[in-house]
Amino acid sequence: MKIYLDNAATTQVYPEVVEAMTPYYTEYYGNPSSIYSFAGEANKAVSHAREVLANMIHAKAEEIYFTGGGSESDNWALKATAEAYADKGKHIITSKIEHHAILHTCEYLEKKGYEVTYLDVDEYGTVKLDELEKAIRPDTILISIMTANNEIGTIQPVAEIGKIAGKHGVLFHTDAVQAFGHIEIDVDKMNIDMLSASAHKINGPKGSGLMYIRKGVRIRSFIHGGAQERARRAGTHNVPGIVGFGKAAELAKATLKERIAYETVLRDYLINRVLEEIPFSRLNGERVNRLPNNVNFCFQYIEGESMLILLDQRGIYASSGSACTSGSLEPSHVLLAIGLPHEIAHGSLRLTLSEKTTKEELDYTVDELKKIVERLRSMSPLYEDSLKEKRS
Amino acid sequence: MYSEKVMDHFSNPRNVGEIENASGVGTVGNAKCGDIMRIYLDIDEQGIIRDVKFKTFGCGAAVATSSMATELVKGKTVQEAMLVTNKAVMEALDGLPPVKVHCSLLAEEAIHAALWDYAEKNNIVIEGLQKPVNDIEEKEEDISEIY
Repeated sequence: MKIYLDNAATTQVYPEVVEAMTPYYTEYYGNPSSIYSFAGEANKAVSHAREVLANMIHAKAEEIYFTGGGSESDNWALKATAEAYADKGKHIITSKIEHHAILHTCEYLEKKGYEVTYLDVDEYGTVKLDELEKAIRPDTILISIMTANNEIGTIQPVAEIGKIAGKHGVLFHTDAVQAFGHIEIDVDKMNIDMLSASAHKINGPKGSGLMYIRKGVRIRSFIHGGAQERARRAGTHNVPGIVGFGKAAELAKATLKERIAYETVLRDYLINRVLEEIPFSRLNGERVNRLPNNVNFCFQYIEGESMLILLDQRGIYASSGSACTSGSLEPSHVLLAIGLPHEIAHGSLRLTLSEKTTKEELDYTVDELKKIVERLRSMSPLYEDSLKEKRS
Repeated sequence: MYSEKVMDHFSNPRNVGEIENASGVGTVGNAKCGDIMRIYLDIDEQGIIRDVKFKTFGCGAAVATSSMATELVKGKTVQEAMLVTNKAVMEALDGLPPVKVHCSLLAEEAIHAALWDYAEKNNIVIEGLQKPVNDIEEKEEDISEIY
């Protein structure tokens, strides 16, 4: 049995998506920037994808810029905005639970003389709006807050953040890599100026992303060397990747409502079973206001990587915010930001579903998980100590 | 990323458990860093390690190094057990990824901590053994509220 529960890491590319992409490798392989008619097909396909993707978030086609993925978009949003608005100020506001593509870019900008405020979040991982508003200064040029968190799934009050940003005349960027195609996003209603998204999180190909930049936002070129993407992101278009992104978005849009409904039921079933049947377990993130496919638990007294290996041996693929999975000694910055002590944060498990996940798969997962947690606890000195404490 | 031997010792760890009235018990590591090892030794009058058990909170490598370390000291004299270094544990496991080398150090320290406890209880001096650094004593935060 193979049960893939790591859809926040990446997703299966749907056969329809591959099918849509293939002709742009083998038949219409012309460079869309070329003048001859043969390149026309490729050019048309890129334009079509741009329209579909713009439509997803209620943007205009000319506000969509294709990139090499979510991390590139995040880097671009921060670095280029910082540069373009340096005359207004050098202060940026973000949160402590952003993806490293944002956090590490902010650290880079700090070295370049920018000042960054990292907002705290509450125990559920939600940015506090009053603190956001208080952090805004006359020299603040950008607010970058993710739409939904990649680890614990908490959905941020994006519309309210957009409103606050607008009121103070500060640009608002949102990293929507985990949210795009999974929940409704409307850049106008939410007053979003820039948005990052990625194809491989919605059953599209890897290495294909986009950045939405509202018309009128001053932004510098990120990759120099050509006139592609209104001369802001040079480089021959990844035509099959863009076509695949467009196709994946089309499918995601068509199924959005039923997918949300289906995944939410399964998600809540999984949460309830685990919390009821596994002692000393807790749900990380907001109970209701979270991505429909995201579940994140901590199991006290055990460590995440051990759990992942044992799950893997039973054909279940999941992820953890433990230090051991990150290559450092620090556990997930997100789990620390919501106030978990280190030893609890080490025992986290993220399960992310897809519309193809079944109840049977989740039942098998919970049954195995119960045994795994029990087994690891039986060899944990922390569990031993807690039992002795209770006895005494 | 792990060798077959590491996976074997993780999946089928040897000597998991506790020893009641052990001759020596050593606990090292820190829950904050994600690894805690506890080793129990049963040592007879001749100074031979008759039995050894461990409990570990930690990643795959932490469990595997604990398991291997217990295997390597079982049946040995106290002086022989002193020769079970982190390198010896690593070699016996066919190596560890660079980020996991600290796990093998922890295994060596856990053995030493248990030997130290044994030496203190029996008022003897084990040649070459130094007082272990035991950093798990710092007060843990109260975590009962979040469950």
